[in-house]
Amino acid sequence: MTEQMSSKSAAAIDRAKAQGRAALIGYLPAGYPDIQSSIDAGIAMARNGADLIEIGIPYSDPVMDGSVIQAATTEAIANGFHVASVFDVVAGITAATDAAVLVMTYWNPVMRMGVDEFSRRLAEAGGAGLITPDLIPDEAAEWFAASDKYGLDRVFLVAPSSTPERLAMTVEASRGFVYAVSIMGVTGARQSVSSAAEKVVADTHAAGAERVCVGLGVSTADHVREIAAYADGVIVGTALVAAIRDGGVDAVAQLTKNLSAGLGRATAQA
Amino acid sequence: MVDASTANSDENVADAFLQGGTSLRNAAGPYFGSYGGRWMPESLIAALDEVEDTFEKAKADPEFLAQLKDLNKNYSGRPSLLTEAKRFSEHAGGARIFLKREDLNHTGSHKINNVLGQALLAKRMGKTRVIAETGAGQHGVASATAAALLGLECVVYMGAEDCRRQALNVARMQLLGATVVPVTNGSQTLKDAINDALRDWVSNVDNTHYLLGTAAGAHPFPAMVRFFHEVIGEEARAQILEQTGKLPDAVCACIGGGSNAIGIFHSFLDDASVKIYGFEAGGEGVETGRHAAAITLGRPGVLHGARSYLMQDEDGQTIESHSISAGLDYPSVGPEHSYLADIGRVTYEPITDTEAMEAFRLLCRTEGIIPAIESSHALAGAIKVGKQLTEGKENPADTIIIVNLSGRGDKDVETAAEWFDMLDENGNVKGTTLSTRKPKGTSERSNLEISTEEANGGRN
Ligand SMILES: Cc1ncc(COP(=O)(O)O)c(C=O)c1O
Repeated sequence: MTEQMSSKSAAAIDRAKAQGRAALIGYLPAGYPDIQSSIDAGIAMARNGADLIEIGIPYSDPVMDGSVIQAATTEAIANGFHVASVFDVVAGITAATDAAVLVMTYWNPVMRMGVDEFSRRLAEAGGAGLITPDLIPDEAAEWFAASDKYGLDRVFLVAPSSTPERLAMTVEASRGFVYAVSIMGVTGARQSVSSAAEKVVADTHAAGAERVCVGLGVSTADHVREIAAYADGVIVGTALVAAIRDGGVDAVAQLTKNLSAGLGRATAQA
Repeated sequence: MVDASTANSDENVADAFLQGGTSLRNAAGPYFGSYGGRWMPESLIAALDEVEDTFEKAKADPEFLAQLKDLNKNYSGRPSLLTEAKRFSEHAGGARIFLKREDLNHTGSHKINNVLGQALLAKRMGKTRVIAETGAGQHGVASATAAALLGLECVVYMGAEDCRRQALNVARMQLLGATVVPVTNGSQTLKDAINDALRDWVSNVDNTHYLLGTAAGAHPFPAMVRFFHEVIGEEARAQILEQTGKLPDAVCACIGGGSNAIGIFHSFLDDASVKIYGFEAGGEGVETGRHAAAITLGRPGVLHGARSYLMQDEDGQTIESHSISAGLDYPSVGPEHSYLADIGRVTYEPITDTEAMEAFRLLCRTEGIIPAIESSHALAGAIKVGKQLTEGKENPADTIIIVNLSGRGDKDVETAAEWFDMLDENGNVKGTTLSTRKPKGTSERSNLEISTEEANGGRN
């Protein structure tokens, strides 16, 4: 992993580690149902146990997302969301909390704005970096340059299907942490955590990653507890989106609190 | 069309290619200039590698090639004919127009070429299930056909809007044993069907091959789909030489994702004397915003795994495309076409719904061939090209144009009947009680049924 540069995501994960627990990463799309709610919900996640906040950019063709997130992001776009508003959301959350705030985005909106311009504005807003579900390191030359220039984290994904060569290459390319996809599939709540997840994390650690966080299908405190036992961080998305959809910011706060109860090797036993 | 600042130097690139003897054929991918690549989730990279590896080995395996050739000949009915359209030609400045008859293939379009190739690869990879997206339904029907032939399970994703426009093809797929999943996300057309197919693939990649229907998407699809369609151009080149003793002056094809076009273009790319034209769907007119002319009006971006010309707004959101032709209703285009556009080797132009439908009717009435509405865009383009190339010429018949007639129009009869105002308010064909739609609350078995009364009346 590229570690010469200081990483906001790594620092947030390390703070959790110092407390003897895994980090909690909460995802919500920007502009759902509106920009102010996204800021309020991000702050609520941070104040109720999330160490990192992942803000998604609603996109017209989200091939890695299941129906709950698709419905939310489609509504955000219909409500007039514009990509540049994501910087307002990031700035709003970082101004009020210590959480590291990452942006999760499909690549075309970044390309459209210009990779350098996007990166500059994200850094200015206090953002930690980008999670890029449809950008692999093989295509990321521009992003390497811009993320180095502006000191941003590059969170690439690894999957159960990744070969050892690709794991090594992706770990090398990443900064902050590596996002391990728990299952071959798209986002969406699932009954249980895939048994594939633990092996992906172990393989990714073995490939040299210091920090590996697990996402996809994680929706309950029990899931969080299970994953926290072997990963450095746990990523929850769909369940939080359903919470803001059904109960607004208060429901997000409540769910985050419940989820964080599952976190700790130390705290969970306490 | 393309950025003016790059157009000139790009033309020089094409000239250099042609003069310097560097071939434009057989570009292997993943990149075509700055286009193509793999803008895909990591989860699918291993599957793409497996497809690429299997394809590369198969291409070099005489047994595979023989198997494919046998299916092309004895199942699809290849070689497809090259038919001179003499009466139609009179409307194109007198240039001689030849039709490459992909409409005569089994299942009625060029789509079968690619499908048979990929279905054989799916078997080689040990997959038991294929999934496909479809717009017009032609690729879905072809996929369902190949799956039935080779004993594979088949699921076809189709936009709900397209299911309505192409109801007959939905029934065909079901008759062939496929499951059709109507897609209700987004614009409910081809691009959304591809999104859902990709979601299925990432979830079922162990036993499933994604049988992508056009020369777009992530590597190796553009180069692989082209390979399976190259037979169109190879046949056409030999046939035109045999029938006229020379190469054509121009080759025309319609552009959806670009598979029929790249298939016929391929054999002529290195022939400097042959002008090549791709016709995009201009919908209601490119100035209205309701079109599918990705190269003419799009700008480079990534969608469905490839960097290519893309209809997008200033946020990088995909703009919904519009065309009377479901098979051309796609907001991007295969990456090799973007490259060929930039270097100036192929000219891409939009054809409106109206122009396409006029050409559709003209071919029906002058040649007794009902073309697919997709292919009618190429016909309309050929009329323009024919007039241009023959202007001021003493002997217009010296000008030879090949049009890729990518499919037949049976699936489009209802759309055409609506377009030409042939239906009354009940959906009956005017002047008869011939109905193209099933009246509510009846249990008729056929949608196209002449009432007994009318039939008797006619006989007496
Ligand atoms: C008859 C016919 N022609 C052309 C097309 C457009 O596809 P492509 O551009 O890949 O040839 C279709 C797609 O459905 C089709 O059915």
